[in-house]
Amino acid sequence: MTGMLSRTADNLYWLGRYVERAENAARLIDGTYHLSLLPITPEEHGELWRRLFQSNEELELFQSKHPDFDGDSVVNHMVLDPENPSSIVSCMDAARDNTRAARAELTTEISQCMNQTWMDIRAINMDKIHERGIQDFLDLIKERAHLFQGVIYGTMRRGEPFLFWEMGTALERAENTSRLILARSNSFHRAHRRDDGFDFYRWGTFLRSANAYSAYRQIYGDIDPVSVAEMLILNTTIPRSLLACIEDTTDILKTLRREAQCAEMSERLAAEVRSMRLDQVLRSGLENFLHDFRNQVHALSDQIRVDFMMVR
Amino acid sequence: MNNSDDNEPPKPFDEMLEPDGTVRMAYAQYGEWLDGTSKETLLRKDEQADMMFRRLGITFTVYGDAESTERMIPFDIIPRILDPNEWDYLSRGAIQRVDAINAFLDDVYHDQAILKAGRIPPELVLNNDAFRPEMLDLDLPRRIYGHIAGVDLVRTGPRDFYVLEDNVRTPSGVSYMLENRQTMMRLFPELFATNHVAPVGRYPTELRNNLKSVAPVGVDDPTIVLLTPGRFNSAYFEHAFLATEMGVRLVEGQDLFVDEGLVFMRTTEGPKRVDVIYRRIDDDFIDPLAFQPHSMLGVPGLLSVVRRGRVTLANAIGSGVADDKAMYVYVPEMIRFYLGEEPILQNVPTYSLRNPDDYKYVIEHLEELVVKEVHGSGGYGMLVGPKSTKAEREAYALRLKAEPEAFIAQPTLSLSTCPTWVEEGVAPRHVDLRPFVLSGRRTTVMPGGLTRVALKEGSLVVNSSQGGGTKDTWVLER
Repeated sequence: MTGMLSRTADNLYWLGRYVERAENAARLIDGTYHLSLLPITPEEHGELWRRLFQSNEELELFQSKHPDFDGDSVVNHMVLDPENPSSIVSCMDAARDNTRAARAELTTEISQCMNQTWMDIRAINMDKIHERGIQDFLDLIKERAHLFQGVIYGTMRRGEPFLFWEMGTALERAENTSRLILARSNSFHRAHRRDDGFDFYRWGTFLRSANAYSAYRQIYGDIDPVSVAEMLILNTTIPRSLLACIEDTTDILKTLRREAQCAEMSERLAAEVRSMRLDQVLRSGLENFLHDFRNQVHALSDQIRVDFMMVR
Repeated sequence: MNNSDDNEPPKPFDEMLEPDGTVRMAYAQYGEWLDGTSKETLLRKDEQADMMFRRLGITFTVYGDAESTERMIPFDIIPRILDPNEWDYLSRGAIQRVDAINAFLDDVYHDQAILKAGRIPPELVLNNDAFRPEMLDLDLPRRIYGHIAGVDLVRTGPRDFYVLEDNVRTPSGVSYMLENRQTMMRLFPELFATNHVAPVGRYPTELRNNLKSVAPVGVDDPTIVLLTPGRFNSAYFEHAFLATEMGVRLVEGQDLFVDEGLVFMRTTEGPKRVDVIYRRIDDDFIDPLAFQPHSMLGVPGLLSVVRRGRVTLANAIGSGVADDKAMYVYVPEMIRFYLGEEPILQNVPTYSLRNPDDYKYVIEHLEELVVKEVHGSGGYGMLVGPKSTKAEREAYALRLKAEPEAFIAQPTLSLSTCPTWVEEGVAPRHVDLRPFVLSGRRTTVMPGGLTRVALKEGSLVVNSSQGGGTKDTWVLER
């Protein structure tokens, strides 16, 4: 590797993260929306939407503007609100901004794809979006995120810029999957099941939020929470499992610079996840494991900055 | 009905049609094609072109417009065509001008012979804001200051080309020359099969070779970068486009730093030395230690490296002293003094308001003149006399009175028109032309350039910030 501009590497890393983040949010909200249509109590309903918030800061920002956890308010906030930095439109704005900043390293096709998406989002009348249903918008985001990633895979040279983009995508997936499991962490060890099909539907939606439903059915067949956890944490054939994401990151970092400290860190984290005993972890609490995992991912991204971005 | 022909202003020169309606040589083949092409086809092509530009994200920023800061420059699908003889004359004239300007810059930063000879008033140069004493007695590679120049030309007759402005600071627009051509080739491939249009696509390669040829002494394989103010700058698209096309890194000030008398960029592998900087940041902002101290765009200490000859800036710091509107008047004099030749291209007669006689004339004839700020650019703050109201002229006269030395005035030229696709169909609109001149091992000019067109009927202001568009410029090969 010859060394690319640190700032541009940073732009590409964030480009990967924001597009992936927008797509993950779209899937998550889509799933929650479907669950909210099931016959459930108002308390369950509120809890369903509340679970989408995964940090206190996010929750506070929402509550400063909306009194209730009703579906429309949450969807507005998480999809359309430009003042919410993690809303889907904000993520797409940030993605476009990073595309522009890194433009000289990207192919024309990539820039065009992002511009087209951004123009299409701009052309949507946000005031009327609920009339048509939010579904169309979420579908557009998912579809364009896949298209964008496909265009990058299909047209970009496999050099350093590509690797930084790919790494941003992998780490964002690791974070998202861990958040997803964390939001459900207490339903895994109870392993209780209702026979009314509701549970089946719920876990099905959950798996779809991780883009892993059909894979799960192929590998495990019947739905069982422990298997779900195992797949999303340990199965390396699932692109969004924690282990797959960290292994991808390790490979990328080793290609970039084998002796970098962050490469070593990433390899250590992968080894740790690989050797975990799922039954033990489920007994002692999945939450601790996931919090520890997330802290290590944060430390890893910090070290990547130190090693590659000439942080002063 | 009485004959009122006498009151009609004479029709401006048209690039395509003679006054009697016959098609001029340059347009012979194109005119035939245009005749046989339906309005519907043109409309469809126009829509296609618009979509292509939007998807490419070719935008520029309009300052002082909060509502929509990102706009597209309208592209016109009808080319501006020059025949080989016209181009031969134009290109020789443009090269001559830029050669003289480079000789002038080398002179004023060394012996100042032209000032000593009394050919240019010394105070005009030495007290000029764009004159940089920091550059005195510094020998630049190949003695070149303005590596990239854009010479703005207008036409009033078959052989009457006037230079409006010499841009040797950070001229922009070359990406439009290249993108307009690519768009035209995709829209009208059949036209390129029949017309022999000189290619412009090798500009980025030539520019890169040129920059390589002015690397600091002893650097054989220089690292070249393009320095941009960033993605909020009006010409950011062009910066990114050129960097990609040249295969060089697109850097911002924050990516560069000076250490031990050299310039480095921050890369994922650590610091990497930079040898040639094609900068698109003005002098004032390029080095906060030397110039504007609060500039966040530049590189602290850059000037000190330039002075040690360890980095080349293109264009050189201090080049602006040659393209000042006050200095413009003296370019023909530079050509005579340094090259011993007569100017090929003419200057527009120019009144300097610092001159009491000129001042008096201008105030009395505001209605006929175009008045510009000496240091202005981009068509901001000018008065187009014949298009102005009485109130506008009175307000402008107050500004002239307050600061006469800040203004020049020129007669309103009858700019040539070129057929243009507008709402009603094809109609004549006024155009100018900016060919791009590169100086390095030798001075060259790309056969083409940026043709700007005033899309409003009768308007003479072609600047994109004022509603102008662009056209592809064809130079036919022999």
